[in-house]
Amino acid sequence: MTTTSTTTFGLDTFGDVTHDASGTPLTHAQTIRNVVEEGVLADQVGLDFFGIGEHHTPDMPLSAADVVLAAIAARTSRIHLGSAVTVLSSDDPVRVFQRFSTLNAVSDGRAEIILGRGSSVDSFPLFGYDLADYEDLFEEKTQLFAEILSGGPVTWQGKTRAPLHEQDVVPHTEPFPAWIGVGGSPQSVVRAASHGFSLMLAIIGGNPARFAPFSELYAHALEKFGRAPLPVGVHSPGHVAETDEQAREEFWPHYLEVIGRLGKTRGFATPTPASYAHEVGPDGALFVGSPETVAAKMARTMKTLGASRFDLKYGMGGLSHESLMRTIELYGTQVVPRVRDLLA
Amino acid sequence: MQIAVLGAGHVGPVIARLAVAAGYPVSIAGSGDPARIAMIAEFLAPGAVPLSASAAVADADLVVLAIPWHRFGTLEPGMFAGKVVVDAMNHWPPAAEPLGTSEEVAARLAGAHVVKTLNHIAYQDMEPAAGRALGVAGDSPSAVRAVVEFLARIGFDPVPVGPLPAGRLLEPGSPVFGAAVRRQEFEQLEKFAKEQS
Repeated sequence: MTTTSTTTFGLDTFGDVTHDASGTPLTHAQTIRNVVEEGVLADQVGLDFFGIGEHHTPDMPLSAADVVLAAIAARTSRIHLGSAVTVLSSDDPVRVFQRFSTLNAVSDGRAEIILGRGSSVDSFPLFGYDLADYEDLFEEKTQLFAEILSGGPVTWQGKTRAPLHEQDVVPHTEPFPAWIGVGGSPQSVVRAASHGFSLMLAIIGGNPARFAPFSELYAHALEKFGRAPLPVGVHSPGHVAETDEQAREEFWPHYLEVIGRLGKTRGFATPTPASYAHEVGPDGALFVGSPETVAAKMARTMKTLGASRFDLKYGMGGLSHESLMRTIELYGTQVVPRVRDLLA
Repeated sequence: MQIAVLGAGHVGPVIARLAVAAGYPVSIAGSGDPARIAMIAEFLAPGAVPLSASAAVADADLVVLAIPWHRFGTLEPGMFAGKVVVDAMNHWPPAAEPLGTSEEVAARLAGAHVVKTLNHIAYQDMEPAAGRALGVAGDSPSAVRAVVEFLARIGFDPVPVGPLPAGRLLEPGSPVFGAAVRRQEFEQLEKFAKEQS
C-alpha cells in the first residue's frame, strides 16, 4: 500500500502525573500546566497535531482535555489540537460537538476530534452509564455526532439521550476533521467508514502489521458506502532518547508499573523483560528508542498499513516532565524529518 | 470437523482465520443478520462463511463462543445440545476473583459439552499461535480430546488442566491470564495459580 500525499505527525498524551527528579509525583494542577508547555513545544518543533486522551483517574487527571487544548491554542498558531480520544459513549454528542466546535473557533480552525468507545472505562460508572450498553451507546452516539457534524438542523431519536427535532446545534464553525479510534474491533472500522470518519488505529501491543487487513477493510467499506477515500492514522506508545539503550531504560520501569497496575482492571498480562524486548523490537508496538530506530519503525509501519498519519503517544506514569520535553524535541526535530525522508 | 465461531469482534475473526488456515470448514456469526459481518469476514477471515448464529451452530461440530460475556444471555440455549462448545469468554471488566464463566455456560447450555480455553491469551498473541500453551478445562473427556486436537492443529500447545471448575485457573486474576508462553512456563504458572487458589 502507498501512503497518501500529505503525511502528518502528531503527539498524544494521556496526561499521566509526572514525577520530579526525586521521584515525587507533581500535583494535578502542575501536571496540567506542564501539558500546556508540552503542547506549545510540540508546535515549536514543527509537529502537526497534539492530542489529549480523556481519563478520570488520580494518576491520569486530564478529564477536561478541551480546556487544556484551548490554552495551548492561545499560545500557538500552527499545530492542530484534539482529543485522543474523547470517550463519546459516556458523553453527550451535542455537548462534545459544542466544546470542539468552540475550540475550532478559538484556534482558527485547528480542532480535530478522535472519538472512542474507551478502553479505560472509568467514565462509565462516573457518569452513570452501564458497561452492558457499551456497543449500543457508541453506535447511537457516533451516529448522532456524524449527523451534527454534517451541519444543518438535526432531527434524531434514540435510546441514549433526549430526542432532537430540527435542532440547530451551535456554534457554527468551519468543518473540522473527525476520526474514530479503533483498538481492534472490526465493527468500529465499518462504523467509521459508514459515518465518514477517518480511521485512527490504536496499536498498543503486538505486531502493528496485523492491522493491515483493517486498513483494507476500511478502504473497501468506504467504497461500498459511496464515500471518497479518507486517511488512516496510527496511534502507538513510545519514548525517544539519544540512544536505544537510554530510551529503553528510562521507559521500562514506568511501563512495568503502569501496565502491571492497569492490567489488573483491564485484563492484560504484566510485562516481563522478554515481552518488553519484543514490544520495543521490530515486531512490537512500542516505539521506544533512538531517533533512527523509532523513525525506521514508524516508516515501516505507515507503509505496511497505508497510513498517512502517525501520532506517538508519549509519556508513561512517573517519567519526568523534562524527559517528556526531550522526547517531544527529538521526535519533532529528528524523528519526523527522518520518517518523511524514508517515506519520500 | 465443522467449526462455528460466534463473535466477529476482536477475537472471533482471529480464531476463524487460524481455523481456515488449518484447513477446517469454518462459519462465523455476529449478532443478527449475517450481511452485517460479510465485509468483516471477507477481509479479516477470508474463507470463513458468514451465517446467522443458529445456522452456524446447526451445522457445526465445534462451536467457539467469542462474544462479550454480557451477550451470552442472548444466545438461544437449545441449539447447542450435543455440540462441543468452547468458552473463550471472560468477565469484563474483570471481576475481583475468577467466577467460573464456563460453569455458568454449562449450566445454561444443557446438553452441550463445554470446554474452557482460548480465553486467557490476548488476541494479538494468537497469530501466529507459535506453539504457545493454552490451558484446557472440561468435564467431558471426548470433548476435551476434540478441542485439544483442534487447538493443536491451529498451532497451539494445549495443556489439559482438569474438569470445568479448573477453568477458573485461566481467568482474570490468575497468573496464567494474559500469559503468552510455552508449555514449561505455563505449567509453572498453573502450579503457582493452584497454590494461590
